[in-house]
Amino acid sequence: MRVLAAMSGGVDSAVAAARMAEAGHDVVGVHLALSRNPQSYRSGARGCCTIEDSRDARRAADVIGIPFYVWDLAERFHADVVEDFVAEYAAGRTPNPCLRCNEKVKFSAVLERALALDFDAVATGHYAQIVETPAGRELHRAVDPAKDQSYVLGVLTQEQLKHAFFPLGDTPKTQVRAEAERRGLSVAAKPDSHDICFIADGNTAGFLGKQLGEAPGDIVDAQGNKLGEHKGTHGFTVGQRKGLKIGTPAADGKPRFVLDISPVDRTVTVGSRAELAVERLTASKPRWCGPVPTGTIQAKAQLRAHGEEIAVTARLEDRKVHVEFDEPADAVAPGQAVVLYDGTRVIGSATIDTVERARQKV
Amino acid sequence: MLPAAIEAMASHLGRTGNASSLHGSGRAARRTVEESRETIAEALNAQPSEVVFTSGGTEADNLALKGLWWARLQEDRRRRRILLSGIEHHAVLDPAVWLAQHEGAEIEWLPVDELGRVQPEDVRRAIEQDPDAVSFVTLMMANNEVGTLQPIQEIAALASSYEIPVHTDAVQAVGQVPVDFAGLGVDAMTISGHKVGGPYGIGALVVRKETKLVPIMHGGGQERDVRSGTLDTPATAGFAVAIEHAVKHQDVEARRLIELRDHLVDGITGTVPGAKLSGDPVGRLPANAHLSFKDCEGDSLLLLLDARGIEVSTGSACNAGVAEPSHVLLAMGYDDQRARGSLRFTLGHTSTRADVDAVLEAIGPVVERAMSAGLQNVGRNN
Repeated sequence: MRVLAAMSGGVDSAVAAARMAEAGHDVVGVHLALSRNPQSYRSGARGCCTIEDSRDARRAADVIGIPFYVWDLAERFHADVVEDFVAEYAAGRTPNPCLRCNEKVKFSAVLERALALDFDAVATGHYAQIVETPAGRELHRAVDPAKDQSYVLGVLTQEQLKHAFFPLGDTPKTQVRAEAERRGLSVAAKPDSHDICFIADGNTAGFLGKQLGEAPGDIVDAQGNKLGEHKGTHGFTVGQRKGLKIGTPAADGKPRFVLDISPVDRTVTVGSRAELAVERLTASKPRWCGPVPTGTIQAKAQLRAHGEEIAVTARLEDRKVHVEFDEPADAVAPGQAVVLYDGTRVIGSATIDTVERARQKV
Repeated sequence: MLPAAIEAMASHLGRTGNASSLHGSGRAARRTVEESRETIAEALNAQPSEVVFTSGGTEADNLALKGLWWARLQEDRRRRRILLSGIEHHAVLDPAVWLAQHEGAEIEWLPVDELGRVQPEDVRRAIEQDPDAVSFVTLMMANNEVGTLQPIQEIAALASSYEIPVHTDAVQAVGQVPVDFAGLGVDAMTISGHKVGGPYGIGALVVRKETKLVPIMHGGGQERDVRSGTLDTPATAGFAVAIEHAVKHQDVEARRLIELRDHLVDGITGTVPGAKLSGDPVGRLPANAHLSFKDCEGDSLLLLLDARGIEVSTGSACNAGVAEPSHVLLAMGYDDQRARGSLRFTLGHTSTRADVDAVLEAIGPVVERAMSAGLQNVGRNN
């Protein structure tokens, strides 16, 4: 098979490319240049699009012995991921840019171009497993639970999965590093990338502040009493506890969490953990990895990257997914994806629109 | 590298001797260096003392621009205008821009037509706006991307009537077209070892004896006190053998390459709809065929041709390896899309008619496939 290996310059994608080549595929390495103004060097473990990363990817391709190219997807990435990220925060929601990048860039723009250029598939260093079945391909969690990335791949459709390879899904990360070492890949000891690649200093609030400017408003409790002020609703995420900067403590002395964000009247509503609890949610833009589920299903749901699994009952109605939690759930943020699992298998995903709170009083 | 140049270089690698030393082995090294200098000078119709060895073309360009800038300014503080074209190599563009950003130089861009040519009349017009304030003119002899040759002799003649020095980067020209330093009338000329089949890591600035340069490398005072540093004796020997060979065979090789190149260009433009030759169809480097294609990315073409064992180049790659639309094509008035859909085929001494026919066979389907892959950043599905 002719396989395009997306190579970020990190250890995972390098080993993934090496494994594809070793399996006898005709592999070509491609580094995606996603930043308009790449920094020269990595600072710490953040970011993934510096010139140094591009060089690391090229060096790995040389060691593996495969051709290597750089594709400039900066504009596409900016329009589909960065602008979406900013617009979602501006709307009081909490987006997941990695998921958006997989959906719109890696397995859309890159995959389409690869197929047009005579490739059969795209391979990445994501930690997830593809299982072949007579009915088609299934997406499953990786064996290494700490590294599992099936959540950010839950947007892939059967058509995209057909042309995807995740060669690392069956291997724990520590073994991947050891394998990189054994293969003579100099990125073996390179730190993992964290956070959001286009926010190099890791300061999301600062980045959003620059993009959206200051829009001061009030912090209130569920009854509408003003507790404090903020510089912009984009600095908050539902479920957030730290950085609220409310002077007076709650009457019961317990911590307060962000319950709701309303950019229109610039209000951030806070309350207790009990008030945060959610019973149901509605999510739109569903994407199914395999067959579309019918009727009501019992499943497990994951509500954010590296979040825990929660038992739910879900049904699809009018192109919206209605999810009911067996036990009330915390920190359910509109804009995040709800990814549904059947055991280790990903059923599909949808974007959280609205939540229904348990409305329990303390 | 030319086998004879490898042999010459290898035979010196085992010998000790610093060409600046006075003892016996130093003298032997010096003899090699000076004989190499004489050979190179003779190949270019220059005086041996006019050949200043450097680490390569980039250093020679930097020495020419910065050396001329400071030397001219020391004589007359008004000399701040640098005249150059927008199609220069980065080794010329970047020092010029650096001088503008750090030393107060005023860069003036000479107009370039759609074939990549600078007209002498435009140079005259630019100089005449304030001749006393001109530091120097720099213009490459042959463009590395589109292959267009410039009328250096005419431009040098008119600049010299104002006593303004001219530098030319002749890295691409030597061995491809006749290069006569004295006949050209320029003050300084950049050449490079590996471009003529010699070793990497050596080049020279050929600079007239009476032209003053302020050194940018200070130290032991080698190379007329203009370029300090112990000379790489084996590399000078390899460089000399290579340049002598290239110049001696230039005429015959050029005729062979022109025939092959025209076969390639005619074959592509005749069969691929929308394919066009870039640069001057006549006044161009014999080995250069630069073509633009409609509605596809040069990147895609490169990848597809590479997979078929055909090696071509797109514009210039920036340090991240992202193919930027070539500054040369943009200066020639190409729009972004046509610039991105461009490829350079370079022929060499091993290229044969069969190689060209293999390209002609592959190019049609490759362009078709690249067109189906579309244009980058177009067709967003938000």
